[in-house]
Amino acid sequence: MSPILFWIFSALMLGFGAATILNRNPVASALSLVVSFLGLAALFFGLDANFIGVIQILVYAGAVMVLFIFIIMLLDLKAEQRRQINIPALLGGVAIVVAFTAQLVTVIRSYKAGNEPFAAITPNLPDAHNIGMTLFANYNLPFQVIGVLILVASIGVVVLSQRELK
Amino acid sequence: MQYLPVLLQVIVAIGFAAAALIFSVLLGKSGRRNPTKDSPYECGMLPIGGPQPRFAVKFYIVAMLFILFDLEVVFMYPWAVAFRDFSLKFGGSTILWSMISFIGIVTVGYAYAIKKGVLNWGRQDVEKSN
Amino acid sequence: MNFIDLLKRIPEICKTPETLPLEGKKLILDFVTWLGSLVGIAVPPWVLTLVNILVVIVAIIAVFLIMFALMSVWERKILARAQNRYGPNRVGPWGLFQPVADGIKMLTKEDIVPRNADKVVHFIAPIVMLVPALILPVLLPYGRGMVAIDLSVGILFFFAVGAGSEVAIFLAGWSSRNKYSILGAMRAIAQMISYELPLVMSAVIVALVAGTLSPTGIVEAQGGYQFGFFPNWFVFTPWGFVACVLFYFSALAESNRSPFDLPEGESELVAGHLTEYSGFKYALFFMAEYVGMFAINGLLVTLFLGGYQAPLPFLTFIPSWCWFFIKLAFLAFSLVWVRATMPRFRIDQMMQFAWKFMLPMSFAALFSAAAWHYAGRGLLGWGISAVLVAIPYFALGYFCFTRHHSADNRRYLFSE
Repeated sequence: MSPILFWIFSALMLGFGAATILNRNPVASALSLVVSFLGLAALFFGLDANFIGVIQILVYAGAVMVLFIFIIMLLDLKAEQRRQINIPALLGGVAIVVAFTAQLVTVIRSYKAGNEPFAAITPNLPDAHNIGMTLFANYNLPFQVIGVLILVASIGVVVLSQRELK
Repeated sequence: MQYLPVLLQVIVAIGFAAAALIFSVLLGKSGRRNPTKDSPYECGMLPIGGPQPRFAVKFYIVAMLFILFDLEVVFMYPWAVAFRDFSLKFGGSTILWSMISFIGIVTVGYAYAIKKGVLNWGRQDVEKSN
Repeated sequence: MNFIDLLKRIPEICKTPETLPLEGKKLILDFVTWLGSLVGIAVPPWVLTLVNILVVIVAIIAVFLIMFALMSVWERKILARAQNRYGPNRVGPWGLFQPVADGIKMLTKEDIVPRNADKVVHFIAPIVMLVPALILPVLLPYGRGMVAIDLSVGILFFFAVGAGSEVAIFLAGWSSRNKYSILGAMRAIAQMISYELPLVMSAVIVALVAGTLSPTGIVEAQGGYQFGFFPNWFVFTPWGFVACVLFYFSALAESNRSPFDLPEGESELVAGHLTEYSGFKYALFFMAEYVGMFAINGLLVTLFLGGYQAPLPFLTFIPSWCWFFIKLAFLAFSLVWVRATMPRFRIDQMMQFAWKFMLPMSFAALFSAAAWHYAGRGLLGWGISAVLVAIPYFALGYFCFTRHHSADNRRYLFSE
């Protein structure tokens, strides 16, 4: 991936990520989030991680986005828009972000692997195939645990929504 | 860069659509506006209430179940692609059984949702009388 | 190289129809090189790469837009014949220039934007709708060696891009500030996500058998003939037939075609998310829907109907790219036929069909395909997989539909 494209997509991702939290309108935030996800997917494609990039679009920009939209439509939009900015909470949030970023930078600086150059990436890996082979040869049990997680989530949705109906 | 054509295609498509729209704005006639014309189109009735009704919780359940099944399908793609080579390399049908157990686990949640009737979209009173 | 040589190559290219598009592309590249030599500069390689890509992109967009124009006449003609009418027959021979007249009319119409609407989003929505629809056709293989981009995850990429139209429909419905628009958009999204699962699942089944996600690889896996005359297309196996039918109906629902056109059911929702759209914005939505419909049916041809492979060995003299479009035309005709025949679903029937019938059926077809693979992909596997698909089909049919449709149990509301 050429550096120009990298900078364009990173800027897109970060810019719309900021727009997600700065927008007062929930629908506009959700749509900014989609563009942010698309920028992230483009970065994955640039790293030749085709499968992950596609999943990023399919699951996040497709499915999760639809869920957000449906939840926003369940709620009352106007109440959210009317709320005023809470100055102490804003300052607290900024402080936490600065502290977290500082911590992250310190850890990456002191971590040995963080200072080494990345290994070259083999272009055009059949990555879906490799993921399948590794997943089912080495990580079969965690895979089943994911199944249980999905089961718990689907039962949770049904139980919560049933309570709502009554 | 494998995806350069896709990027170019996006640019060409946006250019085509935007150019067509701008062209139509230039060519199109514009009549006088009046309050009736500006109001939302509701077949000649006066709009009652806000433009945005609140939606049933059914939509949310469908979206959530869609995400869960979508995640399942996402795991099935690497499985399907690796299926043949895995069977050849390790022999037997381990890969098939691990997917059967995975789907079996997820199907329990699916069966629960069906049993609780959250996927019935008809009117509740009619559904119950059946 | 001079201009006369380039002209002389045209009749030569036409002699071998199989490679006509590829040779035509080379000719255009040589023409660009010749233009460069005319000005007196050597054309840099990146310009040639760019021209190479652009030629393909423009050619595909042009072909699909022409198909869209023809389809809009063809559909009205077939519908008219199905209803004992003539259909459009005034503009040009057999009404063929009707799309031109429609286009001019759309371009010169007033573009009405409601005062309360979010004007920016209202303007962007048709563009967002058209962009994914125009990316989809680039991913399909049209003939031997004729694929614009052959991605290793091509099919998944197709579905991922196709999901973009959901966002566009929501944008259109939400920005209009109209009850019918937002209701139609929500219905459309609920329908599209419900039918996306069987759609994606039936592609998993093909990936399982072909062992690849690249469309070209899948078409190549369907090459050759059984017993010397019977094509190896996936639709001719029990699991493949089931997956193909599931894919066909999901594709109908994804492109909001009748009988799945409830989001724009005019008797309930005016025009759904398109209610507040007029003029060329409406035309762009229409165009995106049709191009998306062609693309998803092109994917059906690729996955199940052997892509560009000829149906019988002695028919291989017809070039491969012709076969792709012949099959696509056949599917397009069947879509119009379905529209002329079927009444519209009710929303509870539509949801029930997707979640209680198509989803379990797609899982059944998946295991049937796995059994077919383990039984050696021969006649034995054919029989086993047929049984494995038939049992769930009849069981689901019994549990899902029999009870609700028997006359004494079903109480009809007056509005049904």
